[in-house]
Amino acid sequence: MSSAAGGAAVGTTGAMVAALMPSKKKGSSDPFTSIVKYYIFSPNYILYYIGILVVIRILYMLFQGRGEDFNIGQFLVDINPFMWANIGIAMAIALSVVGAAWGIFITGTSLLGAAVKAPRIGTKNLISIIFCEAVAIYGIITAIVFSAKLTNGQQVREFEVANYFTGYSLFWAGVTVGMSNLACGISVGVAGSATALSDAYESSLFVKVLITEIFASVIGLFGLIVGLIISGGAQNFA
Amino acid sequence: MKEMMYYNINDGYPESIVRGYRRSLLTSSQYGTLTQSETLDDIKLQLSATDYGNFLQNEPPPLTTGVIADRLTERLVSEFNYLRRNSVDPLSKFLEYVTYQYFIDNVILLISGTLHERDPADLLHKAHPLGVFESMPALSVASNVQELYNIVLVETPLADYFRGCLTGHDLDEMNIEVIRNTLHKAYLEDFYDFCVNDLGGTTGVVMKELLEFEADRRIINITINSFGTELSKEDRLRLYPRCGKLSRESPAKLSAMNDIDAVKAVCDNYGEYQHLFRDMNRSERTLEDRFFEQEVRLNLLSFHQQFHYGIYYSWLKLKEQEIRNIVWISECIQQQQKERISDFVPTL
Repeated sequence: MSSAAGGAAVGTTGAMVAALMPSKKKGSSDPFTSIVKYYIFSPNYILYYIGILVVIRILYMLFQGRGEDFNIGQFLVDINPFMWANIGIAMAIALSVVGAAWGIFITGTSLLGAAVKAPRIGTKNLISIIFCEAVAIYGIITAIVFSAKLTNGQQVREFEVANYFTGYSLFWAGVTVGMSNLACGISVGVAGSATALSDAYESSLFVKVLITEIFASVIGLFGLIVGLIISGGAQNFA
Repeated sequence: MKEMMYYNINDGYPESIVRGYRRSLLTSSQYGTLTQSETLDDIKLQLSATDYGNFLQNEPPPLTTGVIADRLTERLVSEFNYLRRNSVDPLSKFLEYVTYQYFIDNVILLISGTLHERDPADLLHKAHPLGVFESMPALSVASNVQELYNIVLVETPLADYFRGCLTGHDLDEMNIEVIRNTLHKAYLEDFYDFCVNDLGGTTGVVMKELLEFEADRRIINITINSFGTELSKEDRLRLYPRCGKLSRESPAKLSAMNDIDAVKAVCDNYGEYQHLFRDMNRSERTLEDRFFEQEVRLNLLSFHQQFHYGIYYSWLKLKEQEIRNIVWISECIQQQQKERISDFVPTL
């Protein structure tokens, strides 16, 4: 009776282990190596391991009565405003340039191919590329204007309210400009590709499709304006 | 969204090339001048003003329609191969799928030619250039399907399509047609599955329309051609591709189609196919013409969307239609039978 129960227990454990075994892969020498490779070293379950470690850390803090150490607000306040400001400036220029580059390649490939059969469109359609380029220029303008506010190199009272304001406003202005220019660049790129292809098909369509592209490029301008307004009230770091 | 952002990385250049090719299809005014030509040399002159240019320059006189047809097909093949050279996965896979149709036609051509004891070199000459593969000459030596498969076809991409027809029967006249239709059915279903499930997106939507029409066309043609032959109902049902609109009807209804009126009744349920059978007795357009018209209409529509692969397939079909048109016009002129010269389906 007990041996039958023991046999059943062994059987179920065996079945569970067999179910957990990874599928037979070529090149795995024995089951142990393949289990280790599949569950530990490959990226299949790595998120679960990271999650387990995070949960353990949290429980550690909780059970030692230090649950309030996990303080997001304090973390945000502890970050130096210079950090916020510089990340904002980096976002502004980086995301704008990504958007512009994206738009240029979308338009450029279509333009290249279309100009093979219809060479006349080559020069006129460079205007689409110029619209994309303008997006990058918005980014660099904001980056230069914002970096003019990073005046302080000396050790100073960093955590004054005015400095916090400058830090936060430059961060969010930079993110605004960057994200809107990213979207603008992509949309101008897609519109530009459509412009090139329709112009190659029939020349009278060029101006009409270009109008949609002009509307698309206005988005980046909106981002630029809002970014300049947000950061307008920020004073130099002091 | 994802298509708009990522399509042009790999496939932007071939797409715009294909759109350039599509623009240089013949227009109605060019067709008009072609139909008014008196001799084949006139046609050569008119065609030199179009995108074809001086492709007939080096031909020794006298010019025949066979030569014109060959040169036109050569042009098509060189343009298609340019696209293939400039494409990467998954576009290159898609273009490969498109060529399998010619592959199948070549295989059947060689098998039936061998059966009728034609000269293998002559057959190779007649094979469609888009469907050539290395082991083609070896097809002439096989005598039954099993041998054919084991020697030649198992290494080609068509190996999967042969599974339905490997019954070990010896090759004979009737069987070859059945093999051809089985292969085409397997090819259509595979292509449909590739486009709709693997590629998805706009390509899936566009190719679904085109391939469903192709499958329905096959179903109707098989049905009509099998009236009065000894093809049994079950065999006929087995030849219908599963990816058409008509294939979703119940098998009972499909096998009950025994004459043209029954086919018409089934097709009346589908808006797109109603006009195919309308006024059959009174009008001069045959069913085949109407199929071509519908095909041209669908293929022209696929150019209205951007960022998908359907335009490559559509352009190929439209170009083939144009070649058929030019050859028709040339034949009418060569045989001095100008009454039916405008009886083609223009790709406008």
